[in-house]
Amino acid sequence: MTTAAATATVTAPSISQRRAFTAVLRRDLLVTWTELPVFLAQVILQPLFLLFVFGKVLSSLGYTQNGYSDLLFPGLLALTAVITGMQTLAFPLVIEFGWTKEIEDRLLAPMSTALVAGEKVLFATLRALTATTVMIPVGILVLGSIPWRWSGVPLLVLAMVLGSMLGAGLGLVLGTAVVPQRINIVFSLVFTPLLFTGCSQYPWPSLSRLPWFKVVTACNPMTYVSESMRAALVPEVPHIAPWICIPVLLGSISALLAIGVRGFYRRAID
Amino acid sequence: MSSSTPAVEVSDLVKRYPKSPVNAVDGIEFAVSPGEVFGLLGPNGAGKTTTVGMLTTRVKPTSGEALVGGIDVGADPVRARSMLAVVPQRSNLDRSLSIRRNLTFHAAYHGVPAAEANARADELLEQFGLRDRGNVKPDLFSGGQAQRVMIARALMHQPQVLFLDEPTTGLDPAARLFVWDRLRELRERGVTLFLTTHDMHEAGLLADRVGIMDHGKLLALDTPEALMRGLPGSSTLELSVHARGNGHSPESLVGAFESLEGVERVEPLPSDATEPDDPQWHVRLYVSGEASQLVAPTATLLADRGLSLSGVELGEPTLEDVFIHLTGRTLR
Repeated sequence: MTTAAATATVTAPSISQRRAFTAVLRRDLLVTWTELPVFLAQVILQPLFLLFVFGKVLSSLGYTQNGYSDLLFPGLLALTAVITGMQTLAFPLVIEFGWTKEIEDRLLAPMSTALVAGEKVLFATLRALTATTVMIPVGILVLGSIPWRWSGVPLLVLAMVLGSMLGAGLGLVLGTAVVPQRINIVFSLVFTPLLFTGCSQYPWPSLSRLPWFKVVTACNPMTYVSESMRAALVPEVPHIAPWICIPVLLGSISALLAIGVRGFYRRAID
Repeated sequence: MSSSTPAVEVSDLVKRYPKSPVNAVDGIEFAVSPGEVFGLLGPNGAGKTTTVGMLTTRVKPTSGEALVGGIDVGADPVRARSMLAVVPQRSNLDRSLSIRRNLTFHAAYHGVPAAEANARADELLEQFGLRDRGNVKPDLFSGGQAQRVMIARALMHQPQVLFLDEPTTGLDPAARLFVWDRLRELRERGVTLFLTTHDMHEAGLLADRVGIMDHGKLLALDTPEALMRGLPGSSTLELSVHARGNGHSPESLVGAFESLEGVERVEPLPSDATEPDDPQWHVRLYVSGEASQLVAPTATLLADRGLSLSGVELGEPTLEDVFIHLTGRTLR
């Protein structure tokens, strides 16, 4: 075999894989675009109400201190990123693998199975980033003003990306581990604790009076997204330092993706 | 790929699922030529689906080799996937996309340029009687319509081998005929078709060669005609004889019939009690070769004994008989 032929056999699949990958991503983006109002309603409604009740109503009634909405807002950005990433990936994946089998056409595309999983993660990350970005103007509308520091923007963007990826990683693990019959129970058992132990409604260092809860929240990787957001937007509020948060998040994301991709292979190939 | 490369080639292929004490597929071996229609026949659980799963990269072989279009599916699944297409038994169409986009996105996954994909989609929608349904989403489609869309979708990237799993199971008769007609058209255009089915009729009608599978093993592989011809004593000759009380009974004639050349086995059948004025008895001869050639010798045999033939019925073997002969059980 000549060198040219050898090169051709090595490079040809990678071109076909890249084409297949972008076509699958294009399909997901098209579907999101055609269902845009549903998508926005789905991702914005929950953080919007949390923001409105905890940030606006309770503070107007005097039940929360001044400034609570400032520490709540970064937490809700974290919540939106993680939950949207997770929901985008997990629910459809359980249905596609277990029921509609829609994913089969993509599994039979000329691309590696890991790339099919990778596309899911990338798409979920993009959707979560979009939802989190939309929360910024929503926050301004609901609260009148939001805490903002231009010097904190790079860290904010990094936290948004990592939070979205964390959600996607969680979604991949859940989506491949859960069978359709159990979807309701598993999601309620995972979803609610995740929602309330991720430090989105309170800063972590302030939990010293509840040491056991401080331990519980430290185990939820979402905590480190919330704390990074606070470090970016409200550094005057005590928070976990970014040099701790970022490595913890990178580690969690790597671990979740490794478990999730392995689960994906298990579901895709017998 | 040269024209002499088999479209599908399987050697010593084994699949054992974790925690299973037996092999789901137990060392099978066969080849399918380009343009051939190959039918894999067997009851549920015979290993057909696992075999096709391995050929289509969705099941990892435990050992052995499977090639599609000359590509080793185990070693290079990504390239193998561009050689093949799968039409599953149950719809797996993309419910978020219109029928037309189901076709064009499938083509895009396989790297077909957009202009070409659009032209091909139009052509296939027309051919499959779906021209007016292109913008509809597949949710509301019947089984037959979904089946048509899935075959059209599979053809979008012009695969070398098209795998169809139970292509007409659960379809109404009209839809079944439609699918059969389209598959015959594909055969005429030289597409290699690999079908799994437990419908003997379908296999006999469509397949150039049939492999019969049970318990993970390939028991026989040949053209439907050869399989049926090779069946010992599977053609039948059923005789009705006027019984005039001259001392003969079907049982007393078994030996005489068995001495005729080509008769393998004789089975006296219950007498007919519906016409007491003209009692008849019946006997079935299992013969090898052409049953019709035995009509004259049996008539002579009966005439020699003062008996006359009142009726003759010829029975041809079916693939069902082949299957029962090989496995000792029926398909369903």
